[in-house]
Amino acid sequence: MTTLLDVADVSKLFPVGGGPGFFTRFKRRFSGGPEALPKVHAVDDVSFTIEKGETVGLVGESGCGKSTLVRALTRLIDVSDGTIKLGERELSRKAARVFARDRDRARIQMVFQDAGESVNPRFTAFDAIADPLRRLRKLRGNALTWQVETVARQCGLPLQLLTRFPHQLSGGQRARVGIARAIAVNPELLVLDEPTAALDVSVQVVILQLLQQLKKEIGMSYLFVSHDLSVVRLLCDRVLVMYLGKVVESGPAKEVFDHPLHPYTRALVAAVPRLHENAGERLRLTGEPRSPIDPDPKVCRFYGRCPRGTDACTTAMPALRSFGSRRVACHFAEEFLPQRT
Amino acid sequence: MAATPALSVEGLSVEFRTRSGIVRALDNVSFSVDKGETIALVGESGSGKSVTAYAVMGILDPAGKVTAGRAMLDGLDLLHASPSQLADVRGRKIAMIFQNPRTALNPIRPVGQQIADVLIRHGNVPRKEAPAQAVEMLRSVGITDPARRAKAYPFEMSGGMCQRVMIGIALAAKPWLLIADEPTTGLDVTTQAVIMDLVNDLASQMGMATIFITHDLALAGQRSSRIVVMHAGHVVENAPTRELSTNPRHPYTAELIAATPDSAASLDELASIPGSLPDLRRTDLPPCRYSERCPRKIDACAQPLPYAGGSISHIVACWNPLPASSEFEAKASAA
Repeated sequence: MTTLLDVADVSKLFPVGGGPGFFTRFKRRFSGGPEALPKVHAVDDVSFTIEKGETVGLVGESGCGKSTLVRALTRLIDVSDGTIKLGERELSRKAARVFARDRDRARIQMVFQDAGESVNPRFTAFDAIADPLRRLRKLRGNALTWQVETVARQCGLPLQLLTRFPHQLSGGQRARVGIARAIAVNPELLVLDEPTAALDVSVQVVILQLLQQLKKEIGMSYLFVSHDLSVVRLLCDRVLVMYLGKVVESGPAKEVFDHPLHPYTRALVAAVPRLHENAGERLRLTGEPRSPIDPDPKVCRFYGRCPRGTDACTTAMPALRSFGSRRVACHFAEEFLPQRT
Repeated sequence: MAATPALSVEGLSVEFRTRSGIVRALDNVSFSVDKGETIALVGESGSGKSVTAYAVMGILDPAGKVTAGRAMLDGLDLLHASPSQLADVRGRKIAMIFQNPRTALNPIRPVGQQIADVLIRHGNVPRKEAPAQAVEMLRSVGITDPARRAKAYPFEMSGGMCQRVMIGIALAAKPWLLIADEPTTGLDVTTQAVIMDLVNDLASQMGMATIFITHDLALAGQRSSRIVVMHAGHVVENAPTRELSTNPRHPYTAELIAATPDSAASLDELASIPGSLPDLRRTDLPPCRYSERCPRKIDACAQPLPYAGGSISHIVACWNPLPASSEFEAKASAA
């Protein structure tokens, strides 16, 4: 397999202001500008790859930096540090505003959470799907209509719905519009940001099966962002678990969910509700997450909520270590390795 | 356990008048909750779960009208009570947690004061002691540094923290019955587990009955002792959780379980439910609103729905239900 996307040491820091008011603004102006401000480490030194035709899941709780990472590698925002390579092309040096008109823009496309909110409310379904084709493929007239109808059919969207506005469509139909507009320009990598979070289970199943079928037909790679682990387990080949800006565990989806090595992953897996199981004795997380503003580089991000945390976790940040096909950032990962007999 | 139910809803029907016709949102909905019991109302969006809760709380949209039925809470029919009677009952005997805590909380009052308001109005707490008790309440819902947090406004707190405050407000006056309308939708799985643990722990401490509304069958299965499945304004099945999850009798329940991702080993195994909810404005709705999507439809489905089933505890509104497994049949005949 060949590597499609290679993300190396990507970081994204956001400066946080000292608050409103004349005095803080005055102080900021004469104290070194935004460089001197404290910074939120939204994404901190993240590296991973996506192979051609692979489905990678990205999971983690809200505020862990999933969305920032996704926006950085779809080049909607600029990274603070690190490189993003799509095939042979290095993307991270190009400003996001410039990349919007780049010839490679079409190679990475995104499906957002709720097409009801991410699609222009004054665009019909046809316009929404046609928009990227007009801008990136410069299609007009019959060629455009033909391409839009082809993609709509591919996504199971009845053609008579193409004249409707987002608010006239049901949740499942909107999700189809969101997928159709993303695959219209034949991307190589499709980034899906919780595409089924707003849907009922019966509709969710249909959309997930559509995604799997499209993957077989077109051969795209997926980066699937979700906090619903039971969906990630079904759809993804490999999974990345993020916690406060860091990847804490990665590996084949089934192995990670069956034998999680990092304490955070274990808590995450334990928190997934299961129909045939009572909520009795489970691993419970206590405490609040650490602050992501200028975190101590020596302290493990999970320390304080971690049931396994010791003093060693406050003196050295655990690095990602490889165990076969898996990587874990925990000093005590060995303890949870499945016994090989 | 033949305890008197904390709340019993009997034959509740609700209609909404809209410009495009009358929407029959609920039709003959009946269920009851025993004291200290947790039941779950499960269904897809549009199935009438929230409307049921709103009707019981007396907070239906003005376009909605209760056309039949009663909801008995401690000898009082909530559906026909006067506004002042209802105002006394709400907060004191029955409380509700909403889906989006940030919009349900008052944005311009510190959260401690919002809890104190409930204590003063419904908890017979003197005005002077209320703030201190509000801090205690915040502590009991697991907020760290409650004295400082009591002065915070909702926008200064995370979603999980706001939901804890909501629970604090709902439970401040120690109600008999808590209605939780999708309390954890939009929260992370880890936060969801913590919030649900909190509700369960507090409910069992106070001996409170809980009606838990959710679209997540897996979560309902894990957290309740009885599940009421709703579809298009009808209760289609009402059974103890373990019985419902291992031996669903109504075709819709079976399809819903088959569509829940956690039960499948691969994506191909997941079954989708064909068709969609019927338009509830139609005047020619069939007696069984599922019959047009149903794979087990027979001629008898044109008759009014039966509310029967294997046993009194397992109610199935279907003429051609799936067979009961031998294990539960034996139990039903022994009972």
